[in-house]
Amino acid sequence: MLKYAPAFALGILAIPVVSGLAGTLLPAFGYLPALGGTSFSVQPFLDFFYQPGISQSITQAFLIGLIATIIALVLVAAFLAAWYGTRTFRAVQHFVSPLLAVPHAAAAFGFAFMIAPSGFLARLFSPWLTGWERPLDLLIVNDRLGLALIVGLVVKEVPFLLLVSMAALPQTQALKAVQVTQALGYGRMAGFLATLWPPVYRQIRLPIFAVIAYATANVDMSIILGPSTPETLPVRLVGWMNDPELSLRFMACAGAIVQIAVTMAALCCWLALEQIAGAIARRIFKTGVRFSRDSWLRIIASGSIITSALLIFGGLIVLAIWSVAGLWQFPDALPKSLSFRSWSQTLPSLIEPLLTTLVVGLVSVLISIAIVLACLAREQQTGNTGGNKALLLLYLPLLVPQIGFLFGLQLLTLSVGVGASWFAVIFVHVVFVLPYVFLSLSAPWRSFDKRYDAIGAALGASQARIFWRIRFPMLLRAILAAMAVGFAVSVGQYLPTLLIGAGRFATITTETVALGSGGNRRIIGIYSFVQMMLPLLGFIFAALVPALLFSKRRAIRGA
Amino acid sequence: MCAASTVLKIENVRIALAGHDLLHVDAAIKPGEVLTVMGPSGSGKSTLLAFIGGFLDPVFSASGRIFCSGNDITFERPQARRAGLLFQDPLLFPHMSVGANLLFAMPPKIKPQVKRRQEAEASLASVGLEGYFDRDPDTLSGGQKARVALARVLISQPAFLLLDEPFSKLDADRRDQMRRLVFDQAKQIGLPVLLVTHDRADAEAAGGTIIEVGITRNGQ
Repeated sequence: MLKYAPAFALGILAIPVVSGLAGTLLPAFGYLPALGGTSFSVQPFLDFFYQPGISQSITQAFLIGLIATIIALVLVAAFLAAWYGTRTFRAVQHFVSPLLAVPHAAAAFGFAFMIAPSGFLARLFSPWLTGWERPLDLLIVNDRLGLALIVGLVVKEVPFLLLVSMAALPQTQALKAVQVTQALGYGRMAGFLATLWPPVYRQIRLPIFAVIAYATANVDMSIILGPSTPETLPVRLVGWMNDPELSLRFMACAGAIVQIAVTMAALCCWLALEQIAGAIARRIFKTGVRFSRDSWLRIIASGSIITSALLIFGGLIVLAIWSVAGLWQFPDALPKSLSFRSWSQTLPSLIEPLLTTLVVGLVSVLISIAIVLACLAREQQTGNTGGNKALLLLYLPLLVPQIGFLFGLQLLTLSVGVGASWFAVIFVHVVFVLPYVFLSLSAPWRSFDKRYDAIGAALGASQARIFWRIRFPMLLRAILAAMAVGFAVSVGQYLPTLLIGAGRFATITTETVALGSGGNRRIIGIYSFVQMMLPLLGFIFAALVPALLFSKRRAIRGA
Repeated sequence: MCAASTVLKIENVRIALAGHDLLHVDAAIKPGEVLTVMGPSGSGKSTLLAFIGGFLDPVFSASGRIFCSGNDITFERPQARRAGLLFQDPLLFPHMSVGANLLFAMPPKIKPQVKRRQEAEASLASVGLEGYFDRDPDTLSGGQKARVALARVLISQPAFLLLDEPFSKLDADRRDQMRRLVFDQAKQIGLPVLLVTHDRADAEAAGGTIIEVGITRNGQ
């Protein structure tokens, strides 16, 4: 059984992506018999490129994604260089890492509620400082340039990049290298960037590529924060794909192929930038300039990270306040009264999406953790981790723009009769949940002290007994944490649920995004609040269970 | 299968890493005797234990035979070899009580539950830890943990003991105490003991034959 686990896992990841891509490619060239497309042509592409404002939509998707990734990575690198190994660093790290679990849509709404002309920040400073009695007539959210979307993507991706960078940093030896450069007179940041950053960067390239793929092709954050006339490419594509006029799907698929090209172009651009940045850095460090006065830059580095975290945290609080706000007119910083009327009115329609979210999330997490544990157990038997190739396959669903293969997968699942079923929705969630569960669990699993296994085996325990009685309980905390990560991923999935569920599976996330930025703020507050609480509850559960189960076992009960 | 009061025979065992010979041992250990293999780290001495216990990392290659009372166990599953392992860390299972650690190790043929508990309590008493059955291992001192680890390995009724620097993390007076406890118990039960260490005092306290390995690699 275990023997086939790795192949099975890779199949689960690769088959939907590959067949989905094929399923997108054929209609893009006019072939989809179910909709009357029986011959190949480039007409869908011609239709696509004749759409008004299409070049602007394409340019925006490309530039917004690329710029957001650059800014997020620069912030993370600067912050690590400035503060790694200090008390400040640990404090900020504890503050920032929970943000990883906040779903994109909730983060985007919270951010929008902070920065909008009638948002919390404007209220905080009005009218006493700004003199505004009414919100400015200014398009801050959904601005034409996509600035709000860029900043929103940056604040959401910073916690992710920070976490993967830290996982890549070698623990003990790390700071010694920086200390050596400081003794040579280099500034702290220059010393870090010259010695520790290059190896870290090499290890976090795949996660960065995943960020680029998400940032160039995301739909949920673009709907909430992105430009609206025209919308970014991915938002328009999903619109066509869900249009009652079925013939638009040929054009949508052609557009999805263009989307893949856009994301690939952004990746190529990134590879070029890598070379340029590397060459500049090498040239600079050859000169021997020390950059010893960097305290101002260090303050900017921590300031921008803290600001970005505060924007999300503050936004989440504002969302929660909106959900219980009574009358809340513009310049008032806080509502005049509180009321649960919106809650009691919304609750009945909230139950069903909530149950769907829970069922899909829990089942996909259970399936994923079973596959991941089987793969890790097999890896332990063979000593073969699969190396970089396996890692690349693991990242595959995160590197290919979702639209690129989900369109085709939707058409495929519908044509074989499993579309819009629980099976199909849960299956597509597993495709995205499994990589995160594996990435979260593989490090603690691999660093488990193998001498415990040796002792167990020498005491006569079978492989199964060693797994269930020793490894499983000792790694329970890590296993539950990985499951909580997986659950958060499932809760946050927008496009897979929408497309593979063919609109018939409403989850908290699809409902939240559907409210759009123009919707009723109290209802947006309620849905976003529920959306962000679900992952949080998952993490609380993951921390509580071992604490209760092992309350008398100090070494492993955790905090 | 091994029976108690056995001889552990290490016949012409060679261990190599990437084609480079690390060590060569040819010896027989009688019941209650200790064979000490001394050498610096990287000399392959822990790998010798892994080979005998059945946990050899595939990057190493080994040749030779291991006999336990005349039975060839070279290719046995680790579960069937009945090796008693002690490492430099006690490696008590942190999610089990002290008593549950012992019960996990105790052969299933000892029953019923009441008797199992009695045996475990008695075993704890024999290492000076009477009444520790329900304790959380993490609340014990380093010396106490080491004694629980010894009780755990002895209660599993091993055929021989493999000791991998089991005293190196204890402070000086605990170390003496623990050495005496381990070697006395092994002698009393009649277990052959293979000890690997880099500490000459361990080797002298063991009182048996000493084989030195890895000298050419380091002393060049």
